[in-house]
Amino acid sequence: MLRARIVLGLYIVFLLLPIYWLVNMSLKTNTEIVSSLTLWPHNLTFRNYATIFTDPSWYSGYLNSLKYVALNTVLSIALALPAAYAFSRFRFVGDKHLFFWLLSNRMAPPAVFALPFFNLYSAIGLFDTPLAVALAHCLFNVPLAVWILEGFMSGVPREIDETAYLDGYSFPRFFVKIFTPLVASGIGVTAFFCFMFSWVELLLARTLTSVDAKPIAATMTRTVSAAGMDWGLLAAAGVLTILPGALVIWFVRNYIAKGFALGRV
Amino acid sequence: MSLVLDNVSKHAGGHVHIENVSLTLERGSLNVLLGPTLSGKTSLMRLMAGLDAPSAGRVLVDGKDVTGVHVRNRSVAMVYQQFINYPSLSVYENIASPMRVAGRPKAEIDRRVREAARLLKLDKYLDRNPAQLSGGQQQRTAIARALVKDAQLVLLDEPLANLDYKLREELREELPKIFAESGAVLVYATTEPTEALLLRGNTATLWEGRLAQFGRTPDVYRRPANLTSARVFSDPPLNSMRVHKRGLQLVLATGEHGLARGVLAELPDDDYTIGFRADHLYLTRPDAEAIALTGTVAVSEITGSESFVHIDLPHSNELSGGGSDRWVAVTRGVLEVEPGERIECFIDPRRLFVFGHDGRLAAAPPLVLAA
Repeated sequence: MLRARIVLGLYIVFLLLPIYWLVNMSLKTNTEIVSSLTLWPHNLTFRNYATIFTDPSWYSGYLNSLKYVALNTVLSIALALPAAYAFSRFRFVGDKHLFFWLLSNRMAPPAVFALPFFNLYSAIGLFDTPLAVALAHCLFNVPLAVWILEGFMSGVPREIDETAYLDGYSFPRFFVKIFTPLVASGIGVTAFFCFMFSWVELLLARTLTSVDAKPIAATMTRTVSAAGMDWGLLAAAGVLTILPGALVIWFVRNYIAKGFALGRV
Repeated sequence: MSLVLDNVSKHAGGHVHIENVSLTLERGSLNVLLGPTLSGKTSLMRLMAGLDAPSAGRVLVDGKDVTGVHVRNRSVAMVYQQFINYPSLSVYENIASPMRVAGRPKAEIDRRVREAARLLKLDKYLDRNPAQLSGGQQQRTAIARALVKDAQLVLLDEPLANLDYKLREELREELPKIFAESGAVLVYATTEPTEALLLRGNTATLWEGRLAQFGRTPDVYRRPANLTSARVFSDPPLNSMRVHKRGLQLVLATGEHGLARGVLAELPDDDYTIGFRADHLYLTRPDAEAIALTGTVAVSEITGSESFVHIDLPHSNELSGGGSDRWVAVTRGVLEVEPGERIECFIDPRRLFVFGHDGRLAAAPPLVLAA
């Protein structure tokens, strides 16, 4: 029992070490980071965070990222809800193949799509807008959302749909009033996954933006200046990048395992 | 209203779900669909409701063809075997749901919900969610919702199958009364012959998607039109055997001989199938006319007040080309017999149903003896 605890404790320390070090660095001055190895900040400073929250070139990165992530999450779920309902309720020619093909979209590396998206969006004036990134991320988030939601929807007995029709519900009214609340946890989990994948994706987000819609991840990779690396600032930006994900996880913590199993638990 | 199924069939994915069923259900009648699992009870109900469209044939309500009419625009309520309620709504809202959709005034909704809840003993649970109720209460919620809808066609698909014994008895008695006032056509699906007999009304016996017989329940029980209907309407399973009649001689598939008395006496010489229910297979000789057979005990079950003895009777002549029949005898009291034991049993030729080559009833005992 005690040994198990020690092993588990060590494992957790091992997992949390990089995160601690990141927080540690973000509260130090550059001089302290570069000159010596200190386990905690000897000269505690919040200057790095202050810079991020006051310098538009920094905080606009966060705003841009949040914009396209939110847009993508809403788009993905709005598109996936009816699609998942169709897959879970109707049998049609090629439904299984189509369903699998959807998932195979997730298997292609995003780099493959960076070039066509860049060219296409430049041509139609979408380049460097949050919508461009949001749409590009739909490529892998919509299939994922369909898969997860389909699993949750198939857990709702078809007889509920029929009872609603027998009661006189029209399809839209049934879908909004009866069905959506039944898969609410599924929608929550799906939103979380869409949020996460869109938030951490760097390649497409960086390729499809330049100035106006530059995401935070891109800002972070471009901080090498003439004065060298600003370690503390980078670390603070890193901490702030982890936070939204951690927040969202808190809300769906009870359903997340089901989400990872694509709703099929 | 009256509901007419005119030669409806339902085929899906190469399977026959319903084949050429014609039925006329009258206003205010109670109709039992009786058949084993997969006999087409649910498929038939879905066609009646309009949840599925028939592959062929028509569905008529009051003489009007409603075959293509969407279920929303029909006056139908349905209760499923699995307790189906809206999990996200309270019991009150569950019951009120059809009236809310129909846009009835608030006061009327409230009055009727409370009335239905009182009738189904749900008044104390109106604020709860269905998941917080017992199975019986959940099913009563579903029934209450069907009740307030005031539908002209009420379909109950094995509504009591998942309930415990005591609740079933209570609800079975109440259900027809609850819906009787509305004048609706009530359709009740069940796998159990006993349930059909207790509900009375009319019974339709179903087998592999076909209608075997439809008529008043006691008539169907005592005058099965064919071997299939008799089989469906027997629990324990119908005892049957191929026999050959020549003059006064009766030869059974097991090789035993007897006198073709009783219902068999008037029949022309031919091969027949005899059928009779478990309570007409005797383990002690009832009278001199009884035909005696000897078989082997396969299983013996004692339920407390009754004993069920399953007897294997191997064939010994060409009548069914080998094989054997298994019969069931039910006797009062406790009868201890071991599997493998030889046992003598008796059939009464006055209490047999006789079926011809095509399975149709050829002769039946007088009603007083058939029960």
